[in-house]
Amino acid sequence: MKIEMRDIYKAFGQNKVLEGVDFDLEPGEVHALMGENGAGKSTLMNILTGLHKQDKGTVKINGVETVFKNSLEAERSGLAFIRQELNIWPEMTVLENLFIGRELTNAFGVLKTKEMQKIASDIFKTLNISLPFDKEAGFCSVGEQQMIEIAKALMTDAEVIIMDEPTAALTDREIEKLFEIMKELTAKGVSLVYISHRMEEIFAICDRITVMRDGKTVDTTPIPETSFEEVVKKMVGRELEDRFPHREAKPGETVLEIKELSRKGVFNYVNMSVRRGEILGVAGLMGAGRTEIMRALFGVDQADSGEVFIEGKKVSIRQPIDAVKHGLAFITENRKDEGLILDFSVRENIGLPNLGSFAPNGIVKANEEKQFVEMMVKRLSVKTASPETIIGNLSGGNQQKVVIAKWIGTSPKVLIMDEPTRGIDVGAKREIYELMNELTERGLAIIMVSSELPEVLGMSDRILVIHEGKIAGELGRQEATQEKIMALATGGN
Amino acid sequence: MGTQGKLNDGSTSIWQKFGPLFALLLLFIVIAALNPSFLEPLNIMNLLRQTSINALIAFGMTFIILTGGIDLSVGSILALSSALMAGMMVSGMDPILAILVGVLLGTLMGVLNGLLITKGKMAPFIATLATMTIYRGLTLVYTEGKPVTGLGDSELFQMLGRGYFFGIPVPVVIMIIAFFVLWFLLHKMSFGRKTYAIGGNEKSSRISGIKVDRVKIMIYGIAGTMAALAGAILTSRLNSAQPTAGQAYEMDAIAAVVLGGTSLSGGKGRLFGTLIGVLIIGTLNNGLNLLGVSSFYQQVVKGVVIIVAVLLDRKKS
Repeated sequence: MKIEMRDIYKAFGQNKVLEGVDFDLEPGEVHALMGENGAGKSTLMNILTGLHKQDKGTVKINGVETVFKNSLEAERSGLAFIRQELNIWPEMTVLENLFIGRELTNAFGVLKTKEMQKIASDIFKTLNISLPFDKEAGFCSVGEQQMIEIAKALMTDAEVIIMDEPTAALTDREIEKLFEIMKELTAKGVSLVYISHRMEEIFAICDRITVMRDGKTVDTTPIPETSFEEVVKKMVGRELEDRFPHREAKPGETVLEIKELSRKGVFNYVNMSVRRGEILGVAGLMGAGRTEIMRALFGVDQADSGEVFIEGKKVSIRQPIDAVKHGLAFITENRKDEGLILDFSVRENIGLPNLGSFAPNGIVKANEEKQFVEMMVKRLSVKTASPETIIGNLSGGNQQKVVIAKWIGTSPKVLIMDEPTRGIDVGAKREIYELMNELTERGLAIIMVSSELPEVLGMSDRILVIHEGKIAGELGRQEATQEKIMALATGGN
Repeated sequence: MGTQGKLNDGSTSIWQKFGPLFALLLLFIVIAALNPSFLEPLNIMNLLRQTSINALIAFGMTFIILTGGIDLSVGSILALSSALMAGMMVSGMDPILAILVGVLLGTLMGVLNGLLITKGKMAPFIATLATMTIYRGLTLVYTEGKPVTGLGDSELFQMLGRGYFFGIPVPVVIMIIAFFVLWFLLHKMSFGRKTYAIGGNEKSSRISGIKVDRVKIMIYGIAGTMAALAGAILTSRLNSAQPTAGQAYEMDAIAAVVLGGTSLSGGKGRLFGTLIGVLIIGTLNNGLNLLGVSSFYQQVVKGVVIIVAVLLDRKKS
């Protein structure tokens, strides 16, 4: 399918989102769509797939001007959009998910399960996926859920598949698998639009790249003719210094020590310690138990055994409030689900873990809270119209800054950051790295769990690699390389 | 992404803020036009007094609904605490002390709801459905299904339901005080912030160091207290405890909260809205009576009003 989008304009109320965007898609190509959060990528794709209607401009499909009435019509015409938030019914089986809304039935409305299984197994075969049909989708890994979505798209005979941040939650092995599938798809003539913030992947898999900035197309270039630096420059509209700021750590005494922490079936006998002013990177494959260790440390889940020492004193952490009282702070991997209250304003979110200090006797001192929040917003340069703006309206990067702000307010000794820059654009990432440096300079200890190896290598003073619930090894900043980390993470040595 | 987010800016729309108030005013105007005696001070006082019992229950219910919960047992708590108060009075206890003990027992009944929901990990609907029949059953057992009478002639006790304070019925005074106390708790204290936080996102709240279970138990305790307080007023008004008192009161309370613009999924709403919601229901009852509409039709009208209010509320988004 050949797609030409010309001079697309779109505004939501006063908010001009697209101001003259051009975008082309050739049959069988992988076309990267890049741009900072809020550049208009999603809106453009939503117009292409019929969710929104453009105010101006034309969309031609195979040379014919087309306006879809709704997403369903676009889907029937062969355009599939796999969103970042996967469209999965967790309580239903893999097979039920594959056929949701278009189940095959006989004349009496009875499901034709055999036939559906046959179709599904054919699709799985072409994609080289093995997944039991009767497994509940909620028990599938994110990678497997994505495979279900891709299979679903193929079952509708999609000729164009748009993927929004498909690898954000995938392990390296799953990413490899995804890339294989993508290659098979393009060989069949399917075109792919690949929206991602991960430069390495784009250069590995894509044929062309379109960069968007502030609702406009900057340009479209074949991948071999451009470079990492050039793309970043186009995206942010300026030269970006190195991706990671210079880091000079002077670790002090040990502030947190974990001994023999275990949770049955999840992680075993984990020992780790972190010092003042240090960033401890925690790497490993998805599902290795990194997040689970942090959750147990913070009292979100219960550990079965083990001890935690803070500044040499043994502490008991049964629930998050205990952890907060002992000077721990936890930035979870999923800010919308566990980090923020989306209906709350910026002020209320930042205030939440700090109510103890604004409301010592239960009555909220509104002025103190306001001043504190304004100070935090300024210090972290959160881009928000006002502290009263509802947090759900901010971009991902700014939401993440608010999560950080709310925890810094509690003056923690140890800050646990789980995937601190997931789904955040390049410019905001750099700001968060700089903030991490500033915090450690003031003596804060940071434990950073991350799936992005460049980030682990660029920011950590020391790296722990987790493999299947155990610490597989420790690497110093100087000796660590991607290869060494991956070897440990996959159980090699 | 940011672009879609900007679509639902202004989450507190005009309707959400003032819609219920407009509806109440409109109702007032229409009823007054049809029957001017509606606006006579005596009738207004009467209306407010009729409203006060539902108001007290609905105030407590607001906290619960803000956390995304529900309490079906408040009517039964009202009946059981009322029966216990009356029983204590009959057995010679000082009436004021009996009322205090009775209200405290209401608190405990609410706390038990909270414990079942948090520590027992039961859905609020199920837990309070069960305690609704348990508390009602206990009331019937205790009263043997008969009204408890002979409560003595303590003037203070009589005042509670029937007295006046500078020309304002005492139940109305209690309603106003309760409103301001709970409004302060909800909108000016960290307890209120935590209530909204839990309704907005329980997981985030817990990770932010909020003792979610404790806050919830306290909220159900408050609802129980308010129901028992309403029970005390009703006992005084009727000068007896009725075993069937408070039946279906939970429905009027829930209706008032919803009319006031509070979302049943939690996290959004205001206590002022509930006050208006209570007044809308009270005005409907009073006004339709005054206009001679049969009580059968009144029920239909009440239901229709709830549906219209929710539809209007939906339209804003």
